[in-house]
Amino acid sequence: MASGVKPRVKVPKTAAAGDIITIKTLISHKMESGQRKGDDGNLIPRSIINRFTAGFNGQNVIDVTLEPAISTNPYFQFEAIVPETGEFTFTWYDDDGSVYDTSKKITVS
Amino acid sequence: MDLTRRKLLVIGGGAFAGASMIGLPAFASLTDDAIAELTGGADLGEGAIDLTAPEIAENGNTVPIKVSAPGAVAITIYADGNPVPNVATFKFGPLSGSRSASTRIRLATTQNVVAVAQMEDGSFQMAKANVKVTIGGCGG
Repeated sequence: MASGVKPRVKVPKTAAAGDIITIKTLISHKMESGQRKGDDGNLIPRSIINRFTAGFNGQNVIDVTLEPAISTNPYFQFEAIVPETGEFTFTWYDDDGSVYDTSKKITVS
Repeated sequence: MDLTRRKLLVIGGGAFAGASMIGLPAFASLTDDAIAELTGGADLGEGAIDLTAPEIAENGNTVPIKVSAPGAVAITIYADGNPVPNVATFKFGPLSGSRSASTRIRLATTQNVVAVAQMEDGSFQMAKANVKVTIGGCGG
């Protein structure tokens, strides 16, 4: 597991049913592209997060495939529909097989 | 012939310029190949997709971009001046609020960023934006 990986997600706490809300996600990750050379002149092997998904109560919101051209600390902003009270789940998949996830509850009033 | 530091620099600079001249068209065609692979050679429409990118990016390591294409099922981003043209693919699920997303990308040099959206009816839409990069984002 890459060190110091910390997901951060911003989701409103409440919404009206059927509302479209904006979600912002950021995860700290160095996203080593595999193009850079280290001090010894050799290429530093690629080590990135290659997939990110967001879902709500088991239904998919967005599924992103990441390539090395995504910046350090990958940031995404997107919109989701909230049909009912429930929980957003966010999952990041690392090249090394690690999976980072976090979730946020939202209440429909 | 005695190679001074100055001569070496001139030779090196020339070689580098030559390499980048050869390199650029190759990158561009890589992008065309990648797009053709995605679309299966289908025609690319324009207009129903919106790509927002800065005209000038001071730091190629983190260039904010935004794509939006109402009615798209997936949007793929390419950067035609990068060593690897693919940047990201957004697939929208049933609870996606709008078919748009923002992220930050790396650009190696001044180049075109291309977004291709696959629409619900199976057609494809394309948008292009030229970004001038002051400092490249490939480490080097």
